[in-house]
Amino acid sequence: MKRVNRNYKVRNFHQAKWDEPIIFELSKRGERGVLVPQAEDEIVDLVGDGVSKIPASMVRKEAPKLPEISQPRVLRHYMRLSQMTLGADVNIEIGQGTCTVKYSPKVNEQLARMPEMTELHPLQHESTVQGILEIMYKTDLYMREISGMDRFTFQPSGGSQAIMTMASVVRAYHKANREADKRDEIITTIYSHPSDAAAPALMGYKIIYIHPDKDGYPDFEAFKAAVSEKTAAFIVANPEDTGVYNKRIKEFTDLVHEKGGLCCYDQANANGLLGVTRAKEAGFDMCFFNLHKTFSTPHGCGGPATGAMGVIKELEKFLPAPLIDFDGENYFLNYEIANSPYAVGKVRLFNGVAPVVLKAYAWIMSLGAQGLYEVAKVAVLNNNYLFKKLMAIDCVDAPYTRGKQRVEQVRYTLEKLTKDTGIKTEDIQRRMMDFGMHYWTSHHPYYVPEPATLEPTETPSKEDIDEYIATLEHIFKEAYENPEIIKTAPHNSVCHRVDESGMDDPKQWAITWRSYLKKSTT
Amino acid sequence: MAIKGYKSHPYIPNSVLEVQKEMLKEIGLNSLEELHAEIPDEIKLKEGINLPKPFQSEYELKRHVEGILSKNKTCKENLNFLGAGCFQHYVPALCDEINSRGEFLTAYGGEPYNDFGRFQALFEYQSLVAELVDMDVVNVPTMDGAQAAATAVRMAARITQRDEVLVPKAMDYEKFLIMKNYCAPDLTLIQVAYNKENGQLDLEDLRKKVSEKTAAIFFENPSFLGFIEENGQEISNIAHDAGALSVVGVDPSSLGVLAPPSQYGADIISGDLQPLGIHMNYGGGQSGFIATRDEEKFVMEFPSRLFGIAPTCVEGEYGFGDVAYDRTSFGHHRHEGKEYVGTQTALWGITAGVYLATMGPKGMYELGKTIMQKSQYAVKRLSEIKGVKGSLFTGVNFKEFVVDFNETGKRVKEINRLLIEKGIFGGKDLSKDFPELGESALYCVTEVHTKEDIDKLVVAIQECVKA
Repeated sequence: MKRVNRNYKVRNFHQAKWDEPIIFELSKRGERGVLVPQAEDEIVDLVGDGVSKIPASMVRKEAPKLPEISQPRVLRHYMRLSQMTLGADVNIEIGQGTCTVKYSPKVNEQLARMPEMTELHPLQHESTVQGILEIMYKTDLYMREISGMDRFTFQPSGGSQAIMTMASVVRAYHKANREADKRDEIITTIYSHPSDAAAPALMGYKIIYIHPDKDGYPDFEAFKAAVSEKTAAFIVANPEDTGVYNKRIKEFTDLVHEKGGLCCYDQANANGLLGVTRAKEAGFDMCFFNLHKTFSTPHGCGGPATGAMGVIKELEKFLPAPLIDFDGENYFLNYEIANSPYAVGKVRLFNGVAPVVLKAYAWIMSLGAQGLYEVAKVAVLNNNYLFKKLMAIDCVDAPYTRGKQRVEQVRYTLEKLTKDTGIKTEDIQRRMMDFGMHYWTSHHPYYVPEPATLEPTETPSKEDIDEYIATLEHIFKEAYENPEIIKTAPHNSVCHRVDESGMDDPKQWAITWRSYLKKSTT
Repeated sequence: MAIKGYKSHPYIPNSVLEVQKEMLKEIGLNSLEELHAEIPDEIKLKEGINLPKPFQSEYELKRHVEGILSKNKTCKENLNFLGAGCFQHYVPALCDEINSRGEFLTAYGGEPYNDFGRFQALFEYQSLVAELVDMDVVNVPTMDGAQAAATAVRMAARITQRDEVLVPKAMDYEKFLIMKNYCAPDLTLIQVAYNKENGQLDLEDLRKKVSEKTAAIFFENPSFLGFIEENGQEISNIAHDAGALSVVGVDPSSLGVLAPPSQYGADIISGDLQPLGIHMNYGGGQSGFIATRDEEKFVMEFPSRLFGIAPTCVEGEYGFGDVAYDRTSFGHHRHEGKEYVGTQTALWGITAGVYLATMGPKGMYELGKTIMQKSQYAVKRLSEIKGVKGSLFTGVNFKEFVVDFNETGKRVKEINRLLIEKGIFGGKDLSKDFPELGESALYCVTEVHTKEDIDKLVVAIQECVKA
């Protein structure tokens, strides 16, 4: 038998395509997926059917039109849907920039799925949850070390909720100082995450954007002009989504402090900085880490997650309650700050997403300080390797700070490719899928024309990165030689190009199956 | 530099020194230390951060974490009667199986071309919840039920252009705080009293407080204290007569037997998915949903992603995509988008979808029925204890009920402490958040509780109040 030739650079891939019906189409009257525990005869003897007591006005008269499906068919349906999903476990996940999609160790997942974690009620007495409290307390201590902040809360269940929480603390702080009325502006940058603007806007703040200077750093002159007695806070990512690190960050934070404002660090892009530099040294009063990004808990299609949020000592009293404390013998939930008249109160039910904190704890304990440093170094090495190789391709460019290093990601532009061939970044996105690769364009609006933001993290090997580059090169070549194959892509995916023309039209959009049935024709 | 103590780290392929050298050479550097040249020296850490020594093997790590977790006492080995927003229901094995699939677990922000299954599973989740609540639009999940309620009333305020929201006094105080923080400074929350006899919303007080400023009347069914709110339609009418919207928070596990709020006038429905096949996870299983009618004025006020079904360029093929994407802060307008959107709780949404598909209409009916029977049994049996009222109020309950210990002369705190010694987690102590109820506790009984469990509770409480 002849051996398979593995010398090709681009993967021969075809995604599983099951032509799987929508779950309602599988319904067969009388089938069911699981049996439910019934009340024992003695209970029935005493209380009857239970449901006759429901007030007439509140009885459900017609059963919900849920599908009726037997267990093996439900399982097969969802297994097929999972096969039609390209998670990071099956993909060289370089293409999702700004999101730090890295390897999530399976042992951590196993630990988080133990009944000692899953079968805990959040209101159990502290004496019965010493294990999880210990893990949350210690993770707080480690986060303090990693950031230089003095206290963390794990209540925010995602980066955007952490940004909202930071804005809430800003509001509480100025309220306590009786400056809330005059400080109504928050400054951010266009290359920070959209939520850095959207969440404080929701909290009632006027948003001021700083645009980049010619080198891609937030324009310091514009910033100076923007900071004033009206400034409540500066909320910024550094590096921003371009991967450019603002070297003058300390001057920015100093200026805000001089004028009495607070400085909040969106550390969604922290992966390349672990053990290298911290929020504290850069002059920030608050920061957050996405545990589902930097600390390697899986992204779960978009949560559950945790935005671990830290503050300096002075701001501790504004944090949402409770915090977790240790009295030398026992771990306990500290509600003391809830008594502060200015405290934020709460941002999420109970105490956040404990299994995510547990996974972050296990990840830190498997790497230690040196390991985290190595993570940052290798993530930056991988990124700059990718950067160097991609910039050598004629149709790829990246604006700003030419010849210098980037941190954990780079926002590239395919403007030249588009000018030369008409192929747009969205077209590349679809074609990449034909080779089993994920490629994200960028957040809107596109300040960088025809953008792609790529972030390798520490997870891929050199070979993986080379494969990703080779795939892109292959597609760029196609763009010049056979653009049609890209325009009509994907060809090896579950579905072909989606017709999005009805997505903004109330007459056509269909957000649920029942709505689709009403709006579609046979 | 190599990681101290490791030749290479299993999570980091390129920690192999030879590979690092090769890659560094490609980018014109000699060592990893030369990376981060863009970070100024003044803010670089001179000494490493101080963390415990890492474990040298996966086995040691596992043993260590298992050791810490073993200090927890679970609701599996103990009998748990706590609810109050997080509920112990049976999680069908299928839910765990699908929830742990690596493809769903590790996917994130892909397009339908690579994440087709994620889009379909979430579209189906939306569709399944839609049937349960009898509404045409459901969002991709929010952080939790409190977030969903807060967003629902903010949506109502945007639609009505008003800034007062009436909320029940008898709601979870923590949920109230979350809503208050989320709605400030734009909206004012005004609490409406509850009827001291039956726990229902006080309609007289409601009529007094509703005005032309009211954007929404928010109420819960079942209420936080477990009652089935009988006057849903009347409350909705009061809202509508005042030009406000009716926003109802609902426990989805009740909807096999209780009428969905859309059938008694609700314009927006919110709730938490945790009861639908999601483990308690120490409160980490919460996940919010919002539902509305399919009207542009409602749809355009959702801040969340809404996955819609769409045709593709090939006839006979379904595709998926974002409906009205520019509503969101991910769209072209950033801070002018509605509220904000980011990572929330999508995996729980998929899991809740698996649950509803597995349960079907019959399962959901039986779930509601068995819960009502078992909780009514518990109320009856507890009432047999001298000095204990199984239910402080006269209304009909679903799943939860307030047990009144005032006449026992014992404090709930003390009773709960004694119960722990017997392997029982007693109900939530209400004395702090509801001082007017004195020594009362919110108990929760679901389908997981057997007659034997409830009888054990009754005997244990009997002993505690005597002690």
